[in-house]
Amino acid sequence: MDAEQLLSPRPEGLYCRPGGFYIDPVRPVERALITHGHSDHARPGHGAVLATRRTLDIMALRYGADFCGSEQAAAFGETININGVTVSFHPAGHVLGSAQIAVEMDGTRIVVSGDYKRSPDPTAEAFEPIACDVFITEATFGLPVFRHPDPDKEMGKLIASLKLFPERTHMIGAYALGKAQRVIALLRRKGYDAPIYIHGSLDKLCRYYQSEGIDLGDLRPATVEKSERADYRGAVVIGPPSSFSDRWARRFAEPLIGFASGWMMVRQRVRQRGVELPLIISDHCDWDELTATIREIGPQEVWVTHGREEALVRWCSLNGIAAKPLHLVGYEDEGD
Amino acid sequence: MEAFANLLDRLVLTPQRNGKLTLLADYFATTPDPDRGYALAALTGTLDIHLVKPALIRQLVLEQMDPELFRYSYDYVGDLAETVSLVWQAPPGEKPEPPRLSAVVEELNGLSRSNIRTHLRALLDRLDASGRYAFLKLAMGNLRIGVSARLAKQTLAQMSGIDITEIETLWHGLAPPYVDLFAWLEGRAAKPMLATPAIFHSVMLAHPVGDEDLKKMDPADYLAEWKWDGIRVQLSASGDRKKLYSRSGDDISETFPDVLEAVDFEGVIDGELLIGGTARTNSPTQTFSDLQQRLNRKTVTPAHLRDYPAFIRAYDLLFEGEKDVRGEGLELRRARLGDLIERAAHDRFDLSPTVGFDSWESLEKLRLDPPDPVIEGVMIKRRESAYQAGRVKGEWFKWKRDPYLIDAVMMYAQRGHGKRSSYYSDFTFGVWTGPPGEEVLVPVGKAYFGFTDEELEVLDKFVRNNTTDRFGPVRAVRAEAEKGFVLEVAFEGIALSNRHKSGVAMRFPRIARLRLDKPPIEADRLETLMGLVGER
Repeated sequence: MDAEQLLSPRPEGLYCRPGGFYIDPVRPVERALITHGHSDHARPGHGAVLATRRTLDIMALRYGADFCGSEQAAAFGETININGVTVSFHPAGHVLGSAQIAVEMDGTRIVVSGDYKRSPDPTAEAFEPIACDVFITEATFGLPVFRHPDPDKEMGKLIASLKLFPERTHMIGAYALGKAQRVIALLRRKGYDAPIYIHGSLDKLCRYYQSEGIDLGDLRPATVEKSERADYRGAVVIGPPSSFSDRWARRFAEPLIGFASGWMMVRQRVRQRGVELPLIISDHCDWDELTATIREIGPQEVWVTHGREEALVRWCSLNGIAAKPLHLVGYEDEGD
Repeated sequence: MEAFANLLDRLVLTPQRNGKLTLLADYFATTPDPDRGYALAALTGTLDIHLVKPALIRQLVLEQMDPELFRYSYDYVGDLAETVSLVWQAPPGEKPEPPRLSAVVEELNGLSRSNIRTHLRALLDRLDASGRYAFLKLAMGNLRIGVSARLAKQTLAQMSGIDITEIETLWHGLAPPYVDLFAWLEGRAAKPMLATPAIFHSVMLAHPVGDEDLKKMDPADYLAEWKWDGIRVQLSASGDRKKLYSRSGDDISETFPDVLEAVDFEGVIDGELLIGGTARTNSPTQTFSDLQQRLNRKTVTPAHLRDYPAFIRAYDLLFEGEKDVRGEGLELRRARLGDLIERAAHDRFDLSPTVGFDSWESLEKLRLDPPDPVIEGVMIKRRESAYQAGRVKGEWFKWKRDPYLIDAVMMYAQRGHGKRSSYYSDFTFGVWTGPPGEEVLVPVGKAYFGFTDEELEVLDKFVRNNTTDRFGPVRAVRAEAEKGFVLEVAFEGIALSNRHKSGVAMRFPRIARLRLDKPPIEADRLETLMGLVGER
């Protein structure tokens, strides 16, 4: 079967005509397969949703139990038949519960990677390469300038800064799902065992991670009303980046603003955001991981989506791999 | 190199002065000689390094990378050094130890045309991305990280407990990698002996005068002299070594060879650099805009020397020959200065005359009607005052001619309209508030005229090169203690206002002068403005 017949972009998202379902649709549809819980991929209001148990749990936490008409959990590796199309979910290493989705019919297999990464992460199931004819890869960091350093070394910068500026509250911006928990887990692995204060919006997700057996240590709510500014001297506060421009953030002791993101690789981005302590920690592949993954999987064709498609397509053509950009709309470039 | 690269990465992102001090102090305390000395030189602009052309760096990276992928990368990042630092591919295998900063500096300085490519490739291979960035910035000669020489020296002072004026005094006599300086600062060796005393000594500054000040002062204890509208300089001469420094210690000798060639005495004098003829040659003093023709020029043409001759109107004497006379009273120093100037070249030096007065009222009359248009007010100095570095309370006062003038720091700029629509011509400026060491700028007004077209070019260029943030048509500009743009703002009146964050509103503010010679931290404080409220 021609791969373009099996999956094709539509305004709602990537559509499988023979199966009658969408993958990560950006508008409400009858039948949706969801790769992971980030809000640009997992939206409420669909009819039937098929996703991993953890992704379904995360969607319920974020949108309420009635986030869709009906839900079905897919175990990793399990094959499910939808109108004659075989689908299976495989770990993507992006955030807890994140999956690649393999779609197969008449001997043609396409793997939709969703968002994925290859670097080790104690808070997400490790990526598994799946052989396929067409590999649909993200390209969030699809430029040769993105070479994410060792996250452990980045955490060392935070530890060093805490020693150098013990009077300042270190406020680390991290996206609520995945990044925040990863940052906390990485800090714990560095031996940081003091309480970590979290913004209210992280509370449910952190508890969920802990209930799934991921140890995040002593987490406390960062509510300043109940405590003194001085209590936060030298403390680590983690919150979504947007919260740092709220009035909420004003009350901490001489806040030192950090941000854990792959975007922190580029100095101009760091300056634009007014970040003092950039921590280059990404839940996406960097350039080397993207190109190594494509080589490892060895698909006949690569379709490139959300991000810097042109550079990765160029790399594929230089390396004799057929590739084309897949123009999907609605996915945030910034979410890392 | 890694420590230096980390330091740069953090310094550029740390806006607070105290934060920078902490980072610098930590680096100097934990980095061995001679690396830290080379870093100090890089930060203070004294590092002499073989510069590498950007075109060569670009060639090297294109040897190992597809030009199209490089173009995508460069377009995204927007900075050559940063792009190359990120995309550079070291050969696979065991990574060798990264080189030390001192090794990098020494290697760069040993390069010749024949071996430069090999060495640059090898250096880039051995460094990590952050190290490559620091190295490329250093090698291409555009290390801009928002740390002034003074801030670096202040860090040394704070670390060692030694007064900054002592460090500044030694500074121009020392050279990278400053091993003897660090040894002294850490108490491991005696103070370095200078071969020459022709070095910079921190200047003594005046407070702006308020009515309240004068009421408490007995006119008999003070002498007055005119405040001339030039730039404050320090001339230092010892043996063959003659140097002219600006008030902030920058060596401006090369710009004023006419003055230095005329020096036939030894000592250190404090004075105003002016254009025109000295009083002794009976020719007029020219305006500040004439002086601007001479400022900031690296090469001086004979036409400049002829049309804009420079001279020094001497205010004070710090050293007479080798003898330090700063501890003496002002009158004694002036007597010595008078003798020295009497013997000095008549066309290049004269003595700032004192102004006779018997009451503050009579001095005010003189101030309002000065005998020369290049006078911008009067200076009031206690007759017994010793020469002390900095702004010492109760010793020296400046009493400027009307209107009110303050030195403010440019904070935001907005594009103009009509003819000026391509220029950033509307400026919001601020003054300092907060305790020493933690000063912050608070906006106090906005001005969009008072400057010439030439000055507008300078202002616009500064805005474009120093934008830190954009809000629609408005740009925030760099405004830090040591880096920024000081504007002398003239205004007719000032009143309390609860509509403004600062609490004051100015009437008719305009930009009187660009103070390119002044570091922002020396701009005025909010208290000074508050003190002006209701004065008239």
